[in-house]
Amino acid sequence: MAAAVELEGVNVTFGDFVAVKDADLTIEPGEFFSFLGPSGCGKTTLLRTISGFIEPTRGRVRIGGEDMKGIGPNKRPTALIFQNLALFPMMTVAENIGYGLRVRGVPRHERDEKVKTLLIQVALTEHGHKRVSELSGGQKQRVAIARALAVEPSVLLLDEPLSALDLKLRQHMRTELRAIQKRVGITFIYITHDQGEALTMSDRIAVMNAGVIEQVGDGRAVYAEPRTPFVASFVGENNAIRGRVTEVADGLATLDTPVGVLRGRNPVGLSAGQEALLFVRPESMQLRANGSTIGFQGETLDVAYEGSVTHVTLRLRTGQKVTASFSASAGIPLPISGENLRIGFRPEDGLLLARPERH
Amino acid sequence: MSGGLAFVFGLPLVVALGFFALAAYERRTGVATGPGFFQRNGLVIGLYLVIAVGFWAFFIILLPQLAMVEMSFRPKLPPSQMGGPKDVYTLENYRYFLFGSTTSTAEWNWLHIKAFLLTIGVSIAITALNFAICYPLAFHMAQSSTAARLRVLLLLLILPYWVNEILRAFAFRVLLSSGGIINQMLMGLGVTSEPVDFLGADVGLYMGLSYAYLLMMIFPLYNAIESLDKNQIEAARDLGAPWWHIHAFIVMPHSKPGIASGCTLVFMLCAGALAAPLVLGGPRTLWFTPIVYDRFYQAFNWPQGAAYAFILLITCIVFVLLVLKAFRLSLGEITR
Repeated sequence: MAAAVELEGVNVTFGDFVAVKDADLTIEPGEFFSFLGPSGCGKTTLLRTISGFIEPTRGRVRIGGEDMKGIGPNKRPTALIFQNLALFPMMTVAENIGYGLRVRGVPRHERDEKVKTLLIQVALTEHGHKRVSELSGGQKQRVAIARALAVEPSVLLLDEPLSALDLKLRQHMRTELRAIQKRVGITFIYITHDQGEALTMSDRIAVMNAGVIEQVGDGRAVYAEPRTPFVASFVGENNAIRGRVTEVADGLATLDTPVGVLRGRNPVGLSAGQEALLFVRPESMQLRANGSTIGFQGETLDVAYEGSVTHVTLRLRTGQKVTASFSASAGIPLPISGENLRIGFRPEDGLLLARPERH
Repeated sequence: MSGGLAFVFGLPLVVALGFFALAAYERRTGVATGPGFFQRNGLVIGLYLVIAVGFWAFFIILLPQLAMVEMSFRPKLPPSQMGGPKDVYTLENYRYFLFGSTTSTAEWNWLHIKAFLLTIGVSIAITALNFAICYPLAFHMAQSSTAARLRVLLLLLILPYWVNEILRAFAFRVLLSSGGIINQMLMGLGVTSEPVDFLGADVGLYMGLSYAYLLMMIFPLYNAIESLDKNQIEAARDLGAPWWHIHAFIVMPHSKPGIASGCTLVFMLCAGALAAPLVLGGPRTLWFTPIVYDRFYQAFNWPQGAAYAFILLITCIVFVLLVLKAFRLSLGEITR
């Protein structure tokens, strides 16, 4: 039932514009896979390529091992849930869900049976006869899911379907989507610019930027072990400090920066003399750091108390701003605005990545 | 005569007074709330609107029609006898349409009845033909054309209508006549040895009528299809629908108001067209509007002409309302 989706060197160009560049990856059968990236990064184009609305300019899309070249969206084993859901307003909820079956010539009684089962599955039993316009946002969402599942696709494609919902409902739908995916067991490919959605729901995430897939991995890997500066700064909050590598030893590297000599892990194998960026998560920063850590001095600009965490923004000597988040329950007195503060981090919490030329 | 005057001027007055009374009643009982019409628009603009709309509705729409209706129920009399004892309301003009005589009902007036039915039937056919021509074009313009191409298409559609209808009709005639370019070409190519009698077969009439009202069909269709969310078409495709299914069950239901509005316009205008049937109609084809025209200007029988015109009008309106009902559309929806 579930099928693998393989992208082999997929390129999509519109005129001179490269929307997707050399996408190469395999999505396993039954996986919940997310493409995460800012708007315009090519993730929707890639989704439309998988669903068949766009033919790749170069490269190959395979679904369930079969080459999809020349096969239209109506013939692929995929179903797409649109960002605005695209439910049919002139049909009832039941007719919407049964549309794909009607197109396939499934006899009426069989169709009704199936629609009834799906209505139960998405908890809309009472609403089958209603017009789509009579439903709430969350209910419409579930109709769209049921309509897509009705045709028993091997791969379900979701194009930011939760973006129109309010926060509470969105969080609820995340759990629900995940549960549906577990139950039906088919491959889900999810598009989002919301890292929270991607991290909570996905088995694996592909982070995209400017048409390029920068990193593929599970949520932890993408968050804790980013491989490119873009991934490090796009997924979660991060502080970035520029510098030049001076010394490399034991997986760590020393960096000469305008705010002092700092150290961090060196997973990509930078060598001495290279330009680099040092990333330190706000939650890895320690306030009033003592001798065992490295760090820097700055003036406290802003203290934002949020209950469980407090965010402190510091301005360094160079004018650069750095954020530190710490748990307020630790019993440390809160810094005050204007206070001169020293913050530090352990070298293993710092991460060095090569600085891209365009920075 | 005085009864007629009372009818023509009195009826609109009574209707208008009725509405004023209703408005006053609603305001008193609290059904209508909020600032009144003059409070919202100011006295000057309010008065202008009332007078302008009132004048337009009364003198330009209602009065001529009511005058014709009134006239259609009167006998044809020399001026000296008008207002005399013979000037009474009668059904003789309508009787003439059905039986070809103002007094006898022995024989049906087949000549006129056939022309009438032909007009209605051919108008329906032309409306259908027009829809078939315009729907693909309107769909392309609304859903898949680029902005630049759309502008060119619109220009190409509108420009030919700068040429007036009579000139266009005669041009068709020249084109399709026995010695016309098309016949010369066909004979030159050896497709036929004898010229084809396009005009006699009414090809010219159908062409002229279809072409004349193309825009009336395209624009309502375009407007309706344009408002359809592209994602719905893609969603249907993604769910496995073949193209014809998408048109029949997604695009057309959505654009039903536009289809209805285009079809009613084309049908009404076709049934009432005069120039194209006069110029392009074949010798064996008797269209209804030339008959009406003849009642006025050949027979000099204005009451009879009025009755004929009124029969055509009522039939068209009833037909259109029935079709709207069949498609479960209200009159209000076709203006959307």
